[in-house]
Amino acid sequence: MRRSTRSNSGLRKIFVKSEFYLLLVIVAVSLLFTIMKPSFLTFTNIYGMVESNSFLAIMAAGVLVVLISGGIDISFTAIATVAQYVMATIVIRWGGNMFLAFAIGGAVGIGLGLVNALLIYFLRTPSIIVTIATMNLFYGLLIFISGGTWIYGFPMWFMERNLVRFGDNPGITIPILILVLSFILTWLILKYTALGRNIYAVGGNQEAARRVGISVLKTQLFVYCYMGFLAGVASTVQANMMLTVAPNALMGRELEVLAAVVLGGASLAGGTGSILGTILGFGLIIIVQNGLTLLGISSYWHKVFVGAIIVISVGITAYQRKLRERKGAIINVEE
Amino acid sequence: MSKSDNKRGILSKNSEILSLGVILAVLVLLFSLALPGKFLRPSNLQSMAFQLPELGVLAFAMMITMLTGGINLSIISSANLSGIIMAMILTRNVTPNMGGGELGWIIFLAILAGMSISLAVGLVNGMIIAYIGISPILATLGTMTLLEGISLVITRGYVISGLPRSLLVIGNGTFLGVPVPLFILIAVAIAVAILLNKTRLGLSTYMIGSNIKATGFSGINTNKVTILVYMISGLLAGIASLIMMARFNSAKAGYGSSYLLVTVLVSVLGGINPNGGFGKVSGVFIGLILLQVISSGLNLLGISQFLTLALWGALLLGVEALRLAKRRVR
Amino acid sequence: MRNISKRFGGVLALDSVDFEIEKGEVHCLVGENGSGKSTLIKIISGIHSPDPGGEICVDGRRISHQKSSNSVREGIQVIYQDLSLFPNLTVAENIAISSRVETGKRLMNWKETEEEAVRTMKKIGVSLDTRREVSQLSIAERQIVAICRAINANARLVIMDEPTASLSKNEVQSLIKVINELQNREIATLFVSHKLDEIMAVAQRVTVLRDGKKVGVFDASELTRQKLSYLMTGKEFEYTKLPPYSGDEIVLEVRKLSRTGNYKEIDLKVHKGEIVCITGLMGSGRTELVLSLFGMNPPDEGEIFVCGRKINPTGAVDAIRAGIAYVPEDRLQHGLVMNQPVGKNIVLTVLKRILSRIRFISKAKESMEVKRWIEELSIKVPSVDSPVNTLSGGNQQRVVIAKWLAINPKVLILDSPTVGIDVAAKDSIYKIIRELAAEGISIIMITDEAEEAIYHSNTTYIMSAGRIIGKYNSSELTEKELYEKINKI
Repeated sequence: MRRSTRSNSGLRKIFVKSEFYLLLVIVAVSLLFTIMKPSFLTFTNIYGMVESNSFLAIMAAGVLVVLISGGIDISFTAIATVAQYVMATIVIRWGGNMFLAFAIGGAVGIGLGLVNALLIYFLRTPSIIVTIATMNLFYGLLIFISGGTWIYGFPMWFMERNLVRFGDNPGITIPILILVLSFILTWLILKYTALGRNIYAVGGNQEAARRVGISVLKTQLFVYCYMGFLAGVASTVQANMMLTVAPNALMGRELEVLAAVVLGGASLAGGTGSILGTILGFGLIIIVQNGLTLLGISSYWHKVFVGAIIVISVGITAYQRKLRERKGAIINVEE
Repeated sequence: MSKSDNKRGILSKNSEILSLGVILAVLVLLFSLALPGKFLRPSNLQSMAFQLPELGVLAFAMMITMLTGGINLSIISSANLSGIIMAMILTRNVTPNMGGGELGWIIFLAILAGMSISLAVGLVNGMIIAYIGISPILATLGTMTLLEGISLVITRGYVISGLPRSLLVIGNGTFLGVPVPLFILIAVAIAVAILLNKTRLGLSTYMIGSNIKATGFSGINTNKVTILVYMISGLLAGIASLIMMARFNSAKAGYGSSYLLVTVLVSVLGGINPNGGFGKVSGVFIGLILLQVISSGLNLLGISQFLTLALWGALLLGVEALRLAKRRVR
Repeated sequence: MRNISKRFGGVLALDSVDFEIEKGEVHCLVGENGSGKSTLIKIISGIHSPDPGGEICVDGRRISHQKSSNSVREGIQVIYQDLSLFPNLTVAENIAISSRVETGKRLMNWKETEEEAVRTMKKIGVSLDTRREVSQLSIAERQIVAICRAINANARLVIMDEPTASLSKNEVQSLIKVINELQNREIATLFVSHKLDEIMAVAQRVTVLRDGKKVGVFDASELTRQKLSYLMTGKEFEYTKLPPYSGDEIVLEVRKLSRTGNYKEIDLKVHKGEIVCITGLMGSGRTELVLSLFGMNPPDEGEIFVCGRKINPTGAVDAIRAGIAYVPEDRLQHGLVMNQPVGKNIVLTVLKRILSRIRFISKAKESMEVKRWIEELSIKVPSVDSPVNTLSGGNQQRVVIAKWLAINPKVLILDSPTVGIDVAAKDSIYKIIRELAAEGISIIMITDEAEEAIYHSNTTYIMSAGRIIGKYNSSELTEKELYEKINKI
């Protein structure tokens, strides 16, 4: 297909990016909520909103990386649950410190992610099918072995959430810190490491990546292990916040996270996506949920709104793509 | 093409299904040995036959969308919403001493309403997939979330129960010793099989799953076919909800959410190619029975349902590994 | 390369082939499908290794080619027909990626990447915006990026597979300029092609393969199209020009058809049994026009008449009902459903006809229909249920034609029907076209090859920038004339 080859000026480029519109919507919605309920725009509210969703956000970063590589993983909540259990059991039984807790969570996550990666690579089955299977496998085994009991009674040091306090306000808490670190880490990897660029390459054209000498196996190993790692870390964060570990606390929200990441510009086909987009997409969804709660709208309506947002925004993107494809060659017809 | 070639062709075409059948036979054997006298008992067979149909009809609802290369994540929530609407109509309009005719009329209206909802959901799904071009995963994810939300808003999380006794026959009654829902399942299976094998819609479905552009160029209205497929999927979800509602004598917002992944499992197990274009009703049917047998057998053996869950995951991976090995050998 | 042989299973793909290319030389490798040229390329690039007894030498040094990384180290770069680019990455990144992976750097330095890309583009005298995503580039531009990547990876030999396949004449000129620049930098170019004009414009020597054997090495100036096709196939293909059409019965008439951004005020008359050719530069609107006839690109103004009756097709279904058939340019992706059975592909266009009384598909009617076409077009299939992708290219083409003949078309539109098809198969396609025309089916053929227009059609229309600029009796044209008219010289 031939296209006109005028390059876009820098400013024009911004308008083309979907992240811009997402930002507009976020600003508009936030404005709306603030007008209706001024308490929306307070530090406490926003802070609380971000913190309570932090574990989902951390996993969203992992999902982003997987999507960019052209795959999909819906077993991450199961991985998180297993990691949480193992971490809690060890930490309660044998003690340790915060660092160790995260290390264990992350390690378990990496291990399970490794299983995913190997299966996806060697079975040559679509990643959605494999991760549906491993989701059942991990979760089922966990509940079977653990008996599905709730865990509580964390050691004192684990309950410490705040690292730095600013007077009365909550300062930098562990969840926020880990969240910011995860996003920064993911951003750095995706933008500034060869590995990250390889992920984009594999997602864009797997065959070409192979030809150019990129090891698709190594790339996929990293991608799914990283997802597992973030899932494990996220689950530790959640344990830190809730101070209990319950078998189905994390399950059931996979598709929401997936939708948020896609909202932010990642495509199921692979090759596209950015941390900024994920932050915006995820942000929009939690802002809407938070705003609705503040307005006193029952939580039952939340799903309706979120569903509508997903359909509308994804629809706009898809429709734009469709129009672009149909236009095809534009011929300068002689008059 | 000689007769012997034909025979060989039929054999290889169905070898997948044959191997599934063999696995099924082996499993039944193993379970009856492990549970002498208990597994093959009529009461167990019957309870399996009661549990199977709702999952089965849902599996067919999932299957046809997978044939087009898509997926329908909204079948459970659409079924739930249908169930809720039907239950609401029934519980609000039926008085204890209603006459038979009037009762029948209300039941008929309720069922009509339920099916219409499912069909409408299918229509919406199909339209946004065909006309707007959203990928099926995202489109049905969106409708799934929307429907879950609507169901919650309507029911506020409560269970609607207390349905007319005569309706419960659909879920719990037997006819000639065979559970009524099983008849429904078999009827559905036959209908879907006929649809896929003997109608233009069916052939178009397979072709679209393999290559939608080429099919469009061949004069098939691919938008129409896509919409119809998702509508039928919705209708089947509605039928499943009727069975579930009748069996549990209630309707609620979150029923059967674990079924979603299992329907995908069953379809892929039964030979549906997740990329579209291939798979038969018979395969899915056997896959269904396989899963039910394993589930019941393990249940009777006292094995926790969670281990069963894990086993299903392992089974799916195992089957894929076997398929890979078979391809390599060839 | 000396004495290169390669056996795959029971097939001898290459038989004792010698091949050599000099520094900075532009060399062309020519051969039919199945002649072994892709195998030879794969051996040069290290994907396959030659059977024992063959040897490969670079700069006189003997090489063992166990892995493709060896050949990359020796400076051999292959540009496949799909260009192996990453549409989601920028020009700069695409250019620099081979060397980045090769050097095993752990971190990504964007500034360096940009500079590398600009430097490389300067080497061959091109300049593209390095920040643009490759998905937004035209095919010609993408090709430049692919070549730059090869150069950036320190190529000493660049192998290009059918580089001019989707380029317009202007773009081909630009490509030839680039190849000349490569020559100036003493980078050898080996390309696979059979478009004689291009070969002659740029290649110095030509190696011809046939059935796995080397037929010979020739100076490009020695070759003519006749000689080349004889060397490639061992057969002579003589064609007589078709006479101008005589007859009155108009089957398809188009009046003042316009569609903004595609074409304007098109007038066209196609008679029964006439073979009409529409030619012109790439991007002149031909495909868009015929897609409108087929209902997939509805026009804004104007009228279409089939056998005197006005039609307004808004979809393929309408067009088919009116008796118009369309074989897309990309036969494999759009013309056939490759992994489905042959039989199903054939009946896909005529499902209404194979229904029984209760509106179900009748197996009897279906197999009757399928059998009929398999026999009529001599399609070689092991079984009706074999997937189409197990057939040979020529047979696949026949399946495509079968499915369209099944609708009893009045007009059969063929969009670039012989692109990518070897000479022998081309011949059978031309025969089929003539037979169909003799039976009364009108053919509209879109083509880029002057020879095709002149020898295989009754009437030629020339389109340019969305308008028809000429209509001629094909037999009265010469290649040179046609070339000049198309390029408006």
